Amino acid sequence: MADLRIDFAGIQSPNPFWLASAPPTNSGNQVHRAFEAGWGGAVWKTIGAPVLNVSNRYGAWHYGGQKMVGINNVELISDRPLDVNLREMAEVKRAWPDRAVIASAMVESKPEAWHDIVRRIEDTGADGIELNYGCPHGMSERGMGSAVGQVPEYCEQITRWVTEICRIPVIVKLTPNITNIIHPARAAIAAEADAISLINTLNSIVGVDLDTLAITPNIGGKGGHGGFAGPAVKPIALHMLSALGTDEVVSLSRIPISGMGGISTWQDAAEFLLLGASSLQVCTAVMHYGFRVIEDLCDGLSNWMDAKGFKTVGEVVGKSLPRISDFANFNLFFSAVARIDEHKCIKCNLCYVACNDAAHQCIDLAPGTTGERPQPRVREHDCVGCRLCYNVCPVEHCIEMAELPTERAPISWNELCQSQPEVSEDWEAMRRYREQNAIHVH
Amino acid sequence: MIDPQQALAEQLPALSAQEALVEANRCLFCFDAPCTQACPTHIDVPRFIKKIATGNLLGSARTILESNLLGATCARVCPVEELCVGRCVLGAEHKPIAIGRLQRYATDFVYSRNIDVFSAGPPTGHKIAVIGAGPAGLSCAGELARRGHSVTVFEKRDLAGGLSTYGIIALREPVEAALAEVEMIRRLGVRFETGMELGRNLNIRDLQARFDAVFVAVGLGATPDMHIAGEEHLVDGLEYIEQSKLDPRHMKIGRHVAVIGAGNTAIDCATIAKRLGAERVVMIYRRSCHEMTAYDHEYEFVKKEGVEIRFLTQPRCVVAVDGAVNALECVRMSLGTEDASGRPTPQPIKGSEFVLSVDQVVKAIGQEMTAVASWLPLETEKGKIRVNDSFETSIPGIYAGGDCIRSKGAASTVMGVQDGKLAARAIHERLMPRGVTHG
Repeated sequence: MADLRIDFAGIQSPNPFWLASAPPTNSGNQVHRAFEAGWGGAVWKTIGAPVLNVSNRYGAWHYGGQKMVGINNVELISDRPLDVNLREMAEVKRAWPDRAVIASAMVESKPEAWHDIVRRIEDTGADGIELNYGCPHGMSERGMGSAVGQVPEYCEQITRWVTEICRIPVIVKLTPNITNIIHPARAAIAAEADAISLINTLNSIVGVDLDTLAITPNIGGKGGHGGFAGPAVKPIALHMLSALGTDEVVSLSRIPISGMGGISTWQDAAEFLLLGASSLQVCTAVMHYGFRVIEDLCDGLSNWMDAKGFKTVGEVVGKSLPRISDFANFNLFFSAVARIDEHKCIKCNLCYVACNDAAHQCIDLAPGTTGERPQPRVREHDCVGCRLCYNVCPVEHCIEMAELPTERAPISWNELCQSQPEVSEDWEAMRRYREQNAIHVH
Repeated sequence: MIDPQQALAEQLPALSAQEALVEANRCLFCFDAPCTQACPTHIDVPRFIKKIATGNLLGSARTILESNLLGATCARVCPVEELCVGRCVLGAEHKPIAIGRLQRYATDFVYSRNIDVFSAGPPTGHKIAVIGAGPAGLSCAGELARRGHSVTVFEKRDLAGGLSTYGIIALREPVEAALAEVEMIRRLGVRFETGMELGRNLNIRDLQARFDAVFVAVGLGATPDMHIAGEEHLVDGLEYIEQSKLDPRHMKIGRHVAVIGAGNTAIDCATIAKRLGAERVVMIYRRSCHEMTAYDHEYEFVKKEGVEIRFLTQPRCVVAVDGAVNALECVRMSLGTEDASGRPTPQPIKGSEFVLSVDQVVKAIGQEMTAVASWLPLETEKGKIRVNDSFETSIPGIYAGGDCIRSKGAASTVMGVQDGKLAARAIHERLMPRGVTHG
């Protein structure tokens, strides 16, 4: 049984799974029940400026029979009075001393407003404070949320207002609605934040109702962009997480990162850990299935860690970051081809049509014996190893990408450009280079 | 009291929208799909299923009906396990897609809303007679009407639909489903004249004179005699099914019923008897389970209904007392050498005679061919009408299709529909030679 405990910027938690600041952490009652179910921590739904909500707040994207591949929302920060939230936060922390209780805050961009909220949060006994620079709707129009997160200077200034007085760990939550996530992260580090969390939700229009032509969700005949979350955003979150982990300034600072964005299963969780997150936050999976999902998140992660020989979460964190590179550093002579296991193949021929119509026309349909379906077969010498067939095949382990042995020394695009710059500048030089190295472009 | 309508209500419930969506999304959308290849009418199955998944139900129904005008009947009566479903690539390790039920879901969508998927083509001025309003006749009539021809269907019975209306147990296809399709064909402009029978009040020479082409789809004839004592007490299986569909309340069901035969009609008869109150139903077949013509899934079904099956048993004589059946004398059989049909010849075992105590005996031993020669000098093949690749008979301008030409292979609704479709194409090409644009 792996040790799932974490120490995140000084915040202790029995497992790395925290509820993200969102509807599941709207009240003390909910957080109590979440802790009963086994959640390691909870980031309280953001408290701060007074707000009024609307109804029809959530719009979901369903795909191929799967409900809620993504969900967007126009819900604002907590609409419950500040003192009620703070009192319940204190009660929950008293009742659950071993769990992480983190307050999320968002107030007007004035130092006194931030000083005031920080002091009131500290009084609850909360373990940390998360600065919400991510909310992309409603609050941003009032100069808060992503309006801060999108401008590194604001991000740094406001973080400083907090860190200059705060005695508990300060986590800066970043918005993904920005061209380069590095800049606000560096701003948070410059302002001496204790940790970073990402990603908040993405700007989105989730859909249009084809009967009424109204925007989904329909808010009295109108609709607009809302924050998008759920399984669909996971690859974007993983990219931003790894971008921080591979940035020199961020990685040298050794600032801990709380990862979130579409974590639904223990596999997702393991991937976030491997790419550098040392605490994990979850929302949409709970909005879909309830607090009980924590059981398999912990159980599955623990079993995987045991199988892989990881004893602590810390051993997993960042383990795959050294594998992150850029195209220009990939070995141009690495070569793989698709191989179809004809015993497993059910002959749906999806690989054939994908390869033929959308890839490199290197799968043939070999005629079957009488009454049998034709058998898709890869012409290996024409296969460019694009891996499309592997991705469309509905049968587990039927198509594998076999690595071909090569005699040639590895060379990257960068190295090639240094040693033979003309190859990147002149098609004739490129032709010669290909010929010399027997590179056959199909 | 057994409510016959309820007892014989359609066995499989319609899929709910949610069920249909989940099932449709399971379809892999195979390229060059085996289900389509296995369908005698070559319905583009993955295409119609994906349209269900995207909520394009009208498009889904059109995809089906483009290839098979009687797609709603075939969704219910096709032996899908032997055809499309049997070839589904998901059948190997998982559950194959419920293609028949999805097809019913899509076609129910248009029939329940009275949506006309097709309309009649611009009039060509050509007139065509179709004889027989069963699946082959309806398919041919509808396809011709879509091409703008003026079609009249002559049907000997009161209702159109053929076996779909009269001869398939209601729990597989209710009368309403069959008649909805007839109505769809009628709305394409096809005229129906019922009570018209070749050799009785219909003369093919007259039809040839009045019409530009004739399509003969008269199906099969009556169940042949068994030549056993007490023959007059046998109840005809097709009439048994017919009454269960059209007048079930006045149907006489025995307490102990024997059904002679082991084909799909025999199974329908046994099911009707059991469902409508018979205490004991025994099917009797002179060969073994390996030779029976019923589909495997039907055989499994009827066993679950509680019907007993006596293989290798031959009826000898129906015993009646005062006009009322009270027993069926039988003899045990053994299988000998192969006969002309390639099946082993059953031979009576001496001294193995026994008596089954029954009060009703239903005969479902297959239909024999109508005596074609009695009304036409058409060439035949194994007793069935001979046609060429264009479904034309030995008499130019007279086409034929459906069970009445099925000299090889099993007779089935879907084959009839395909015949009708292809014959319509051939008739159209004959009347409207290529190069002549019309419609």
